[in-house]
Amino acid sequence: MFRIISKELLNPTVSKMVVDAPLIAKKAEPGQFIIVRSRNDSERIPLTISDFDREAGTVTIIYQLVGGSTMELDTLKKGDELCDFVGPLGKPSHTEGLKKVAVIGGGVGCAIAYPITKKLHEQGCEVHSVVGFRNRELVILEKEFEKASDRFFMMTDDGSYGEKGLVTDALERLLTEGNTYDEVIAIGPLIMMKFVCLTTKKYNVKTIVSMNPIMIDGTGMCGGCRLTVGGETKFACVDGPDFDGHQVDFDEAMSRGQMYLDFEKHTREALCRLQKEEC
Amino acid sequence: MSDRNMDLHKCPMPVQDADARNKNFEEVALGYTYDMAVNEAKRCLNCKKKPCVSACPVNIDIPAFIECIASEKPENAYDILSEQTSLAAVCGRVCPQESQCEGKCVRGIKGEPVGIGRLERFAADYHAEHNKNPQKKPKYNGHKAAIIGAGPSGLTAAGDLAKKGYQVTVYEALHLPGGVLVYGIPEFRLPKAIVQREIENLKEIGVEIVTNMVIGKILTIDELFEMGNEAIFIGSGAGLPRFMNIPGESLKGVYSANEFLTRINLMKAYQEDSKTPIQKAKRVAVVGGGNVAMDAARCAKRLGAEEVFIVYRRSMNELPARKEEVEHAEEEGIVFKTLHNPTEIHGDENGNVSGMTCVRMELGEPDAGGRRRPIVIENSEFRIDLDCVIMAIGTSPNPLIRTTTPGLEANQHGCLIVKEETGETSRKNVYAGGDAVTGAATVILAMGAGKTAADAIDKALS
Repeated sequence: MFRIISKELLNPTVSKMVVDAPLIAKKAEPGQFIIVRSRNDSERIPLTISDFDREAGTVTIIYQLVGGSTMELDTLKKGDELCDFVGPLGKPSHTEGLKKVAVIGGGVGCAIAYPITKKLHEQGCEVHSVVGFRNRELVILEKEFEKASDRFFMMTDDGSYGEKGLVTDALERLLTEGNTYDEVIAIGPLIMMKFVCLTTKKYNVKTIVSMNPIMIDGTGMCGGCRLTVGGETKFACVDGPDFDGHQVDFDEAMSRGQMYLDFEKHTREALCRLQKEEC
Repeated sequence: MSDRNMDLHKCPMPVQDADARNKNFEEVALGYTYDMAVNEAKRCLNCKKKPCVSACPVNIDIPAFIECIASEKPENAYDILSEQTSLAAVCGRVCPQESQCEGKCVRGIKGEPVGIGRLERFAADYHAEHNKNPQKKPKYNGHKAAIIGAGPSGLTAAGDLAKKGYQVTVYEALHLPGGVLVYGIPEFRLPKAIVQREIENLKEIGVEIVTNMVIGKILTIDELFEMGNEAIFIGSGAGLPRFMNIPGESLKGVYSANEFLTRINLMKAYQEDSKTPIQKAKRVAVVGGGNVAMDAARCAKRLGAEEVFIVYRRSMNELPARKEEVEHAEEEGIVFKTLHNPTEIHGDENGNVSGMTCVRMELGEPDAGGRRRPIVIENSEFRIDLDCVIMAIGTSPNPLIRTTTPGLEANQHGCLIVKEETGETSRKNVYAGGDAVTGAATVILAMGAGKTAADAIDKALS
């Protein structure tokens, strides 16, 4: 069992949980993920490691309430225990030798983009970061990003905070300014990553994306997380989750991500009803 | 013994009615009653040559255990089984007996062989029902070993080493131990309570099982040695599912058999209140002809599919599945489209599976493996309407350990290379067995490998 050391609401739909998992904390690297089951009848869901503290032996996860499983996870409080917490899974993000990078984070994807930003910054890399949210209320990790970046841009869809516009607007500006990046790292909704890749392709800048498809075991067994990358079948859990964004078939990934939408909608409604009844 | 039963046929196995069972997940074969078992046991001639034993991957003294049942001492039968297997209740249910012990039985020359598998199952179930004495924990011999993977090979190695006095820790990546016995083989063929029972037996003799531990990620092989383990057995099992590389395999509604079965078996997606979703398809094609394909097809039927096809490129005679599974599948209404091969999966405007194009095949000359090679019949394409396709065409071994352990050699397919007689890998004191070495194979072969390695470890360390 894995005890929840602390839990914090980052915005109305995103929570942060610090979990006691010393063995995982010892090995975790930015870009890797864990599989969590909150109770012994829960689904296995992959969540990216958003931070870790080797000395304290803790792993931090940040998750958005999107379906039944994350809603169930969110019912747990500080001091409660998670039934299963497995990791660190996937390959760590590659940061070695990078001198100048643009990190693009969208929504809750910022939770994954942040540890990479931090690591790059710590190794002396020049980091330009662009984060985007739908509106002011949903902004997370602003201070953290600011601290770890040489240049920082906040974008909101409705202009309620930072600059009105999409992350690609700011990225395009940086690229036309003449910035040359060793890499652009984009983490966020599939549609955002797709458009970041279309933007960087024009400038011929290598772009890494972090994929988060449907997964069960997360250890290279079920094949549910398969993606088409450069015309080949790849498995996000063991070959990724980071891939060359210019090679990823995003349209296929988006379609596959919709596989259980009806089921999820149904569980979400059932859970909401249950929670209302309990209140 | 004078009262041999010379009936040419096996005592039939009581089963759930086909039309009832293809709608539920309860066990299909109900098991022999006491009288049926004694009667069937009397069909064994207890012949001197014991050809059955030579065909058993774990060398069970088959005539001896059967003789105990015939003479109505079923508890002794279990003791004899236990000398060679920690998982008798499992083997009795899932071994391909027709190509092993029963395939060599002299009674099979004229008539049916002795129902060895059924008798093994009977002895194990009888023991579970009647014996309430906890097993004695063997005396600690001062040696420590680690096992990676709580599937058939790992559990066998763990059991054998624990019986010899080793302190054994089994590391399992999933949240439940059992490996393919829990995530792959369905409840109706191997009830999970039985797997649980066998695992409890191992715990009783001191085997420690730690779940949620992905070795290669959370701990490396080298760290397991630093923790005081003197030998390590890798039984990490089957890995990534294979696909055919035909158009349409990424459509919604195309599953690997691993995913489909894991959702159903490990995550209980067939139960009404399960939180893990599964597609309730109406027309399903399962591509492949092995046990995994039969399991997937029969699961799809039980989830309410109106038509389920097995699409296999060779003929009925070449199906690699256990004979009993093929028979059960046919009885349950699974349609066998043998000598067929898919060439493309079609989707609708929303990216959901809508059909599959197949070609017809004929059998040509035997290939290197001795099986007749399937050849495409020109212009034989036709389309089947479907809403789900399940690929059950095999797996490649799990990559996590070989990619994180320096000095561990694997072949071009990713299978770990071991010395056949010991199971030792290219790393000293690191042994391996099961699907991690052979690629997708059977439970009993994996168990045999676990057993070989346990013996070799014991020899090397004592």
